[in-house]
Amino acid sequence: MAGAIAVEGIGKHFRRYRERPSTLKERMFLWRSNAEDFWALRDVSVEVPEGTTLGLIGPNGSGKTTLLKCIAGILRPNEGSITTRGRIASLLALGAGFHPELTGRENVYLNASILGLSRQETDRRFDDIVGFAELPDFIDTQVKFYSSGMYVRLGFAVAVHVDPAILLIDEVLAVGDIAFQFKCLDKIAEFQREGRTIVFVTHAPDLVARLCDDTLLLNHGQVVARGEPRAVVRDFRLLMAREDLAYGWDQGSREVEIVSAELFGPDGGAVAVFSPGDVVTIQLDLRAPAPVEDPVVSFAIYDEQNQFVFGTNTDWQGVRWPRFEGKHRVQFVLRHLPFVGGRYYVTLGVHSRDSRHVYHLQEQRYVFDVVKGDENPGLVHIPVEVRAERL
Amino acid sequence: MAEIPADLTVRTSEPPKLRVLPRLRELWADRQLLGNLVRKEVSVKYKSSVLGVAWSMLNPIMYLLIFSLVFAVVLKGGIPNYSVYLLSGLLAWNFFSTALTMDARSVVENANLVTKVYFPREILPLASTGAAGVDFLLQAIVLAVFMAAYRHVHVGLNLLLLPISLVALAAFTMAVGLVVASLNVRYRDTQHLLNLLLLVWFWSTPVVYASGRVFVSHKSILGVSVFHLFLANPLADVVFGFQRALYGDVGPASSPILPAVSVGWLAVLLGVVALVSLALLWLAWRWFFRLSGDFAEDL
Repeated sequence: MAGAIAVEGIGKHFRRYRERPSTLKERMFLWRSNAEDFWALRDVSVEVPEGTTLGLIGPNGSGKTTLLKCIAGILRPNEGSITTRGRIASLLALGAGFHPELTGRENVYLNASILGLSRQETDRRFDDIVGFAELPDFIDTQVKFYSSGMYVRLGFAVAVHVDPAILLIDEVLAVGDIAFQFKCLDKIAEFQREGRTIVFVTHAPDLVARLCDDTLLLNHGQVVARGEPRAVVRDFRLLMAREDLAYGWDQGSREVEIVSAELFGPDGGAVAVFSPGDVVTIQLDLRAPAPVEDPVVSFAIYDEQNQFVFGTNTDWQGVRWPRFEGKHRVQFVLRHLPFVGGRYYVTLGVHSRDSRHVYHLQEQRYVFDVVKGDENPGLVHIPVEVRAERL
Repeated sequence: MAEIPADLTVRTSEPPKLRVLPRLRELWADRQLLGNLVRKEVSVKYKSSVLGVAWSMLNPIMYLLIFSLVFAVVLKGGIPNYSVYLLSGLLAWNFFSTALTMDARSVVENANLVTKVYFPREILPLASTGAAGVDFLLQAIVLAVFMAAYRHVHVGLNLLLLPISLVALAAFTMAVGLVVASLNVRYRDTQHLLNLLLLVWFWSTPVVYASGRVFVSHKSILGVSVFHLFLANPLADVVFGFQRALYGDVGPASSPILPAVSVGWLAVLLGVVALVSLALLWLAWRWFFRLSGDFAEDL
């Protein structure tokens, strides 16, 4: 199997301006003073054999799109080399070059020629393109009257009909309605069957597991993990869980302050990845410089869709402090984690009993992942004991 | 470009070096894209307008009205068939200024393409220049109508100057166009500076006033005669060529309308201008090509 794409030790650095000098005057007076270099990609090597699908995952700003743009030839690397074989079509460019004043038909021809299709080739595929985009009634309407969904559908339809050897896809499946998304996935599966090479950037880990033969995890421009999609996706979740601790949003009067908080696993070590059924402890260290009357400590857990999954507080659990002063430690022990696989966000708060007065609130500041060990589907994890006997 | 065999493309950190012939082949392969972009420029310009392409023809007619009034009536310019004279020079000038104004914005205005799709970047200023070429043809029709109306046609060797002038004009315009297009990516001052420069340049080119006056002027600046100074302006040379080919009337020796030089002399001059412009075009192309690798980053 020959390599369709060979990336060898490439690096790409950008100059980051606090504010870009885009006029001569700024350029002269601010001579490079407010610029700093940073490497968006460093020492990245990857080979994509012909006919395989590579998934690129990583947090925002990890260099996924930069890598894709280097492969597409849009950006020039500062180090290393990239060798590609055959026509590349990039779905970075859904509807790129669509002009609002032109009709759908005119834009199809323009866009197709930008992506490298000749007029005759476009003629031959025109009906397929319009059919795929589901826009036969609007094809002679100016694109400025299209809804954003129609716009993207037409862009996708053109892009997948240019007959590329290599297809670069950047986070485009998050568009359109569900039915159209399925259609796009079908098209990708068809490309795979036809033996085309695909490089695929996404934030949706389950898509990676479903579609990719090989997966690359990037962080801060470097390859962190590479290999079997499910394993790399797990690494990705771990990475996100660790990094997310740095984020957060605090509010409140701080009359009682959350000094630190930790999530414990069953063995007592602070971790962010659990399995269904684990014993999980949420521990808060609190401090009140002056006495506070009757505070309540609470937590709430949200899932990835921001749905409130579960929460409770010290008041409901029968723990009260008529006078709260100095340092205290509070532990919520969740005896049995009933969650299925996924990511969960924890909000912690200290407030007055009537909730009117917030002392300290950390909204969805803590993150943990639940990784399924088995393949039981559903919304909650219920420990099941199977009893079978012959009657 | 239907069948590209399993070809290898290698990209490295080296700034790309222009190799003219392979690059020309690449551009040739993308000729349909160029055609589509020219068509887009032209049709977008006139979409949703009632008069459409007529606007392109109205521009020279407006110039004609204004300058006829100023020169023929107020200043008593004394150029017979002034409209043919003016339009023949204006034809070359309008191509130059329209193309440059569009070229300067060509890359910047297509930022959404440049940052998302790979294609030879030269296509963008080429398409803008091509759209200016369409304008050129429309304005040539206006000129032809006036030539026919005044029955002012000089058929002779002078017509040979037209193709040479055209080559010189196209090469020079494209050379400057590539420079302003790439400069404007980094410094948006370029398009504003260009507008000012074009204003000065317009009046330094004998389009509205008699080019023969320049020829007979005895004034000199720093020891160089005015005529020689004008010769150093490639656009003035091109305009001399257009006027001689299309207007053709040199006028009386005492106060000539056109420079009283032979057609052969002009042909040599324009040949030199064309060669120099082609050399400039090569340099400008190399410069553009070198910078074009980083356009996506700078936009």
